[in-house]
Amino acid sequence: MSQSAAPVLEARQISKRFPGVVALDGVSLALFPGEVHALVGENGAGKSTLIKVFTGVHRPDAGELIYNGSPAAFGTPLDAQRAGISTIYQEVNLVPMMSVARNLMLGREPRGRLGVIDTARMYGEAERILAGYGVVTDVRRPLRTLGMGVQQMVALARAVAIDARVVIMDEPTSSLEPREVETLFSVIRKLKDDGIAVVYVSHRLDELYAVCDRVTVLRDGKVAHTGPLAGLERLKLISLMLGRDLDEVKSGGLTRFSRDRRRAGKRDGAPPAVRAEGLTRRQVLHGVDVAVWSGEVVGLGGLLGAGRSETAKAIVGALRLDSGRVLVAGLPLRTGSTTAAVRAGAGLLPEDRKAEGIIPELSVRENIALAALPSLSRAGVVSDAKIDKVVEVFMRRLKIKAASPHQPVQELSGGNQQKVLLARWLAIRPKILLLDEPTRGIDVGAKAEVQALVDELAEEGLGVLLISSDLEELVEGADRILVMREGAVVGELSGDDVTEDKIMASIAERGAESDG
Amino acid sequence: MAEAVAPPGRRVLAWAQEYGVYAAVGVLLLFNVLFTPHFLDVANFRTQLVQVAPIVIVSLGMALVIGTQGIDLSVGSVMALAAALVALYLGYGAWPALLVALVGGAVAGTAGGALVAYVGVQPIVATLALLVGVRGLANVLVPQLVEFRNPDLIALGSSSLYGVPVIVVIAAVLTLLMAFLVRRTTFGRQVVAIGGNRAASELSGLPVRRVLLLVYVVSGVLAALAGVLATARLQASDPTSLGLFIELSAITAVVVGGTPLSGGRIRVLSTVMGALLMQLLSATLIKHNLPQSWTQIVQAVIILAAVYATRERGTR
Repeated sequence: MSQSAAPVLEARQISKRFPGVVALDGVSLALFPGEVHALVGENGAGKSTLIKVFTGVHRPDAGELIYNGSPAAFGTPLDAQRAGISTIYQEVNLVPMMSVARNLMLGREPRGRLGVIDTARMYGEAERILAGYGVVTDVRRPLRTLGMGVQQMVALARAVAIDARVVIMDEPTSSLEPREVETLFSVIRKLKDDGIAVVYVSHRLDELYAVCDRVTVLRDGKVAHTGPLAGLERLKLISLMLGRDLDEVKSGGLTRFSRDRRRAGKRDGAPPAVRAEGLTRRQVLHGVDVAVWSGEVVGLGGLLGAGRSETAKAIVGALRLDSGRVLVAGLPLRTGSTTAAVRAGAGLLPEDRKAEGIIPELSVRENIALAALPSLSRAGVVSDAKIDKVVEVFMRRLKIKAASPHQPVQELSGGNQQKVLLARWLAIRPKILLLDEPTRGIDVGAKAEVQALVDELAEEGLGVLLISSDLEELVEGADRILVMREGAVVGELSGDDVTEDKIMASIAERGAESDG
Repeated sequence: MAEAVAPPGRRVLAWAQEYGVYAAVGVLLLFNVLFTPHFLDVANFRTQLVQVAPIVIVSLGMALVIGTQGIDLSVGSVMALAAALVALYLGYGAWPALLVALVGGAVAGTAGGALVAYVGVQPIVATLALLVGVRGLANVLVPQLVEFRNPDLIALGSSSLYGVPVIVVIAAVLTLLMAFLVRRTTFGRQVVAIGGNRAASELSGLPVRRVLLLVYVVSGVLAALAGVLATARLQASDPTSLGLFIELSAITAVVVGGTPLSGGRIRVLSTVMGALLMQLLSATLIKHNLPQSWTQIVQAVIILAAVYATRERGTR
C-alpha cells in the first residue's frame, strides 16, 4: 500500500439520484495504487451505484471523478474500460457458447498472415495465461461447459489482461470453491504488487480480512466509515454496516441462530418429515440416504460440487434419478414430479434465486401465492380474498419490504426477494423445507432475519434441510450435519461434534480431492 | 447516455405500452368520424366487426400461447381443417359438424402441445410442421370448394342478436372468457408464471407440461371455431385458402396489443384492440383510396413501434 502516492481514482462528493431514491449522497472515496479496497454495505447502501459511476454506466448528478489526477467523465462502460478500469461482475458476462480461449482473447486474438486468427497460438497463449491463475483446462471447450469457478477466473484473466489500472470485483467469490478462492487471492496479491488498485465488494467478512487493506462502509448512500481494515474489529464493522449499536450486535451473536442447544427432532415413532433412500444418478449422486425429522434442522456440508444441491433437487423431483425413492411423512412420492412433492408438502428454496426462484415480472403477491394456488382457489378460480390474507400474513411475518403487494418482485432487493420465496413455501404449509444457500448474496440484516426464521420454523415443528457453504451458518443453524463428498454422504455429525473443524475433517477424511 | 431525459422518456414509453393501442384506435376512430364519409353508418361498422371477428378469436389463443414464450403457426391450417370437417359432417346437422370441427382443432392442438411440452420441440418448429401437415390433411379431406345450404350453419354466419352479428357476439363473449381465464383462474395464473420463468414454476410444483399442452389445445379449439364461423359466413367450405396467413394477423394483434414475445404477460383486451387497430387501419386507407401496399407499410411501422415499446420494458 502506498498511501503517500496520489490516488489513481478518486470520487469527490458524488451524488446520484434516481426517481424517488437518493442512491449516493456526497460520497468521497480515494483509491490508491497497489491497495485492495473493500467496499461494503447492506443491499441498497449504494455500492452498485458507486461502482456503476466508476465504470461509466451512470453519470453522477453532482461531484466529480478524478482519474490519474485529472477530472474524468466516462460516457460509456467502454470508455472506462479503455481508460483502464476493469470490472468483474457477480454474473460472469462472457460468451458461453464460445471457447475458453476465444473468450479470453476476444478482440485481441493473435493474427497470422492475411489477418486470419492464428488458432494454435491463441490456444497456447490462453493456456499459458490461465495456468498463471491456477486453471488447467482444455481451452478449446465452450466456456459454458466449465464450472462457474473456472468461468470467473477466465473473466478475471480477461479483465487484467486489458492493461487495467483499477480492477473492480463485485462478489467475485460467490461461485468459487475454497481452493479457487485461494487462487483468486494470490492473483489479487499479484495485482497489488503490480501497483494495480483493486476494489473488492463482498458480503464475506473472512475474505475482506484476508485480502483487503482498507475498507469503506456505505450506508444509505453515505460513507459511514473509511479506514484501514487491520485493527477494525469484526463486530465493529458489522455494526457500521447495520448502523446499529455495537452492544446490540454483540448480544445477537454473529448469526441469528439460537446456539444454546441442539434440537433432537421429534423421533416419537412417527416417520421422518422426509426420508430419501438410495438416491442415485450416474456421475452425480451415489446412493444418498437422508432423513429429516420434524422440528430439526439438518445441515448438508461439503464443497461445491459434492452433490448437495443435487440431493435437494432430487428430493423434490426436479432431478431425474436412476434409482432411489423419497418419502414425505412416510408416504412415497411419485418420482420426478415436483408437483407431487409440493402437494406432499416439500418445498425447495433454490440456490439460484433469479433463474429458478422468482418470476421477475409478476408481483410480490403473485410470487407468494404461486405454489399454493390450488389451495387458494375454488373450482379452478382463484380467490382474491384468500390470497390477500395469506400474502398479508407472510409479508408482515417475514417483514417483506415492498411498496405494495402489487410491486413487481424484480424491483425488490435480494434479501426481500428471498423472503418472498420463503413466503411462497410457507404458504403451502410445508412439512419439510429444503433451503439451498438461503442467505447467499443478501444483506446482513436480511440474513439475520432469515436465520432467525429458520430457527423459529424448526421450533414450530417443521423439518428443515439446510445447505450452506458458510460453515459458521451451518454449525450455528443445524442440529445435525450430514457431510457430502463426490455425490455421497460420508459422515454424520450431531451434538457436540457439530463444529467447523469436525466438518472440515470429515470432508478431508479420505483425503480425496474434490474436483469442481 | 441521455440519463437526464431517460425517466420522462421511460414514463412515456410505459404509458404507450400500457394504453398506446387504445389511444391509436381512438385516434383512428376520431379521424374517420371527421374525414371519412359514411363511416358512422351501421352497415360499415357491422362489416368491419364481422371481418375482424375470426382474427380476434384466433388471436385470443395466440396470446395465450405467446404468454408461455411459445407461438402457434398452425392456426390458419386448423381453420382449414375445421372447414373441411364441417363440410364432411354437415350431413349430421350443423351442431354435430361444429362439434367434430372443434374436436379436430383440439386434436391438432394436442399434437402441437405434446410436441412442445413432452418431446421438447421448439414451438415454432412444432407448429410449423402442423401448419404444413394440417393444411395438407384438410385438402385431402375436401380437395375443392364445397358450397352448402344448411340453414343452421348459414344462420350462424349471418344472423344477428339484437342487431349485432352472432359472430361478433361470439368473439366478444370469448374475449371476456379469455380475460377471465387469464386473470382469475389457477390455469391462467400458471400460464403467466410459466411464461415468466419456467424453471421457477417447475420448482414451485406447477404442472408445467400439462399447462403447456392445454395452452395449445385451447389455441387449436379457438382456431377451429374461427374456421367454422368463417366457413358459415362464406356459405362454402374452402380448405385451400381459408385462414391463409391468419397466423401473421394474430401474432400482429398480440404484439401490437403489447404482449411481449418473451412471455410472462398476457394482455387479452389489448390483443383485441390490436386486431381492431389493424382492421381499422386497412379500412381507413382503403376508404381514402390508398393502395394496399401503403396499408402494409403502415402496418409494419405500427408493429415496429409496438415491439419497441415492449422491448424497453424488458431492459429496464
